[in-house]
Amino acid sequence: MGKILMKGNEAIGEAAIRAGCLNYFAYPITPQSEVAEYLAKRMPEVGGVFLQGESEVAVGYMLFGAAGAGERVFTTSSSPGISLMSEAISYIAAAQLPVVFVNIIRGGPGLGGILPSQGDYFQATKGGGHGDYHLLVLAPASVQETAEMVMMAFPLAEKYRNPVMILGDGLIGQMMEPVEFPEQLRTAPSDKSGWATSGMATRGSRQRNLVKSLFLDPEALNNQNLLLKSKYDQMRREEVRYEAYNLDGDYRVLIVSYGTMSRVCRTAVDNLKAEGLEVGLLRPQTLFPFPLEAIRAAAGGPACQAVISIEMSMGQMVEDVERAVCGIRPVHWYGKCGGDVPTPEEVMDVVRGLLDGDR
Amino acid sequence: MQSEVKFAGFGGQGILLSAKILAHAALEEGHEVVWIPSYGPEMRGGTAYCTVVIGDRPIGSPIIKNPRHLIAMNRPSLEKFAATVKPGGIILINANLIPIGSGRDDVTDLVVPVNDLAAEAGNLRAANLVALAAFVARSGIVGFDILRRCVEEEFAAKPRTLPVNMAALEKGRQAAAG
Amino acid sequence: MGKIFTKPRSLTDQPTHYCPGCTHGIIHRLVAETIDELGIEERTVGIAPVGCAVLAYNYFTCDFQEAAHGRAPAMATGIKRVRPDLVVFTYQGDGDLASIGMGEIVHAANRGEKFTVIFVNNAVYGMTGGQMAPTTMPGQRTTTSPLGRNVEEVGMPIKMAELLAALQTPAYITRQTVIDPKSIRRAKQAIRRAFEYQLAGRCFSLVELVSTCPTNWGMTPVEALAWARDTLLPYYQIGDFKVPE
Repeated sequence: MGKILMKGNEAIGEAAIRAGCLNYFAYPITPQSEVAEYLAKRMPEVGGVFLQGESEVAVGYMLFGAAGAGERVFTTSSSPGISLMSEAISYIAAAQLPVVFVNIIRGGPGLGGILPSQGDYFQATKGGGHGDYHLLVLAPASVQETAEMVMMAFPLAEKYRNPVMILGDGLIGQMMEPVEFPEQLRTAPSDKSGWATSGMATRGSRQRNLVKSLFLDPEALNNQNLLLKSKYDQMRREEVRYEAYNLDGDYRVLIVSYGTMSRVCRTAVDNLKAEGLEVGLLRPQTLFPFPLEAIRAAAGGPACQAVISIEMSMGQMVEDVERAVCGIRPVHWYGKCGGDVPTPEEVMDVVRGLLDGDR
Repeated sequence: MQSEVKFAGFGGQGILLSAKILAHAALEEGHEVVWIPSYGPEMRGGTAYCTVVIGDRPIGSPIIKNPRHLIAMNRPSLEKFAATVKPGGIILINANLIPIGSGRDDVTDLVVPVNDLAAEAGNLRAANLVALAAFVARSGIVGFDILRRCVEEEFAAKPRTLPVNMAALEKGRQAAAG
Repeated sequence: MGKIFTKPRSLTDQPTHYCPGCTHGIIHRLVAETIDELGIEERTVGIAPVGCAVLAYNYFTCDFQEAAHGRAPAMATGIKRVRPDLVVFTYQGDGDLASIGMGEIVHAANRGEKFTVIFVNNAVYGMTGGQMAPTTMPGQRTTTSPLGRNVEEVGMPIKMAELLAALQTPAYITRQTVIDPKSIRRAKQAIRRAFEYQLAGRCFSLVELVSTCPTNWGMTPVEALAWARDTLLPYYQIGDFKVPE
């Protein structure tokens, strides 16, 4: 199969089907309703389940029920919708269910706007719902990478029995780019017979399964949290992904940026290089786990004078960048909200400004 | 080398579709391509716009402040975006709805009565294809044969519209040559 | 000599945590007997609510999921949509179903989701310690209506069976009670019928059961039965409110 031109939102729907996920529950919200529109047509063609729930709150628990029964399932939404699902996400993480969430972020807080934003970084990486849990968060920067991450998300969710979130933004969802899907269509689901409420007869077992998150005994609850923590620690060891760009030479500034914003930064890095100013770019592809060590190493580059986190938010990822850099270089932030995505020219000005003091 | 083409007009003038056809044609020629719509309330009335970026290397920023070319289907679009076009670019002006020029001496104004030509081809709604064809013929941004093939593919499910759409392409091509 | 009484196979041996005089135990038994009689234990999934029955899974032998407060119908929808061959029931109280979960129950019923709801209405919040429920009676004293439910402020108690029966989608909606042996037998028949509609793929089914809560009503079990009969049943009338054609 060759490359075809697809909207990010449509590619998300198709990628999920290619990954063997034939169950989709969702509630419409701009700027990602095209996923639901695409799957409303496509799921019946492949014998899958499509259901428009009555609210994101309900959708969250439809996902819980379906994943608890042992089936691959996913949803897509945008910021306010993810807030409503956050109760369920906490329960899903607690009950250790593999569910894939896609958040095509729009501007916030509140009703905010419908244009691209990265304002849900904290919500995705630090919680959102209550209690000690983490999502594994993947941050694509193109339609092709979005499709690949969706396909990767299902096996990852099953490997860890933990929800995985694809964190995109309105542009990723709305723009069209060429995308190629692999010939091999399905990834085999994991064996869930040890825990899923799939019916004893289905498993050929007299052992009933229980999917729950209540642990009234303090020691039992502590142990449950230690179990969850061990999974997050394993993610930190095994799942960190990032892309390094122009980090071989003597870069004077290190940019950390992800998603759509990182593409703007890449253009800025190219343009600055043409002007004779070397700037490195590190693009986290996983936001949790965060590439702490890679950023620290890059910040320590011999010519590196400053690190800057550039995001479509008022400074969220910068806190993790500071945590990574550990004070060995000054850490700055630049960003914009509301959907007016910074241009390469603005990024170039900001980067030049960081070095002005030295001239 | 990277080229950006901004398509702008009223909602309903087929801006997104003609941009998509150009993106498809560029993909068929083996280029990297991104199609970026404006979305939301802007889609309803007023100025809708859409940008196609065509390049030989992976495309970085999808945020294009200064496109190389502009296809302006109505007057507000020309007034809003004419000044943003890079020097040396082409500005296609829909003469039927825009009685003025770009007012610039460092770009090429390609003035085409796209509504009239679409009507002559058999359907006013094919004005977007007339404009696209004229622009492609003048800029050579993709081959004209590939453009024809992509239009055929786009309307494969509506074969009855094909003769009119092909006639619209031809009208546009001739207008750019003339 | 033949066996004249036995514990349903679908109940575990674990003693329940329910208070003396509470009717949850009776209702658990009726559901378990139904599961046994229909031979569906190995393909049944129950959904426990948040409320006194949160630990219901300790007493049933089938697969179980534990819901968030009010969300059991959404979870049942998720299970039933992806595994229509499973038999799914939710077990919910009045706070869970008629207050925080009102949206989920109405929409699941209206979609005609083919699962069964066991709705235990005892006119009070039990697990949290006797607060006012949407089904608390006018003038009824609870910890959050210490002077009695004031309908001028909080409206009249919600009749869920009637409310759901008003939906146009076909369903089996009935209200029964478990305050005496005769009504228990009728409740059993209703529960069995609800599961049978599900097994036949016919419709959404809900059995509301008017129940007692002696602890939070501040009564002895016997007084509670009398209060339910004299105060609840005149308002919450027994009967079938909707039956599929």
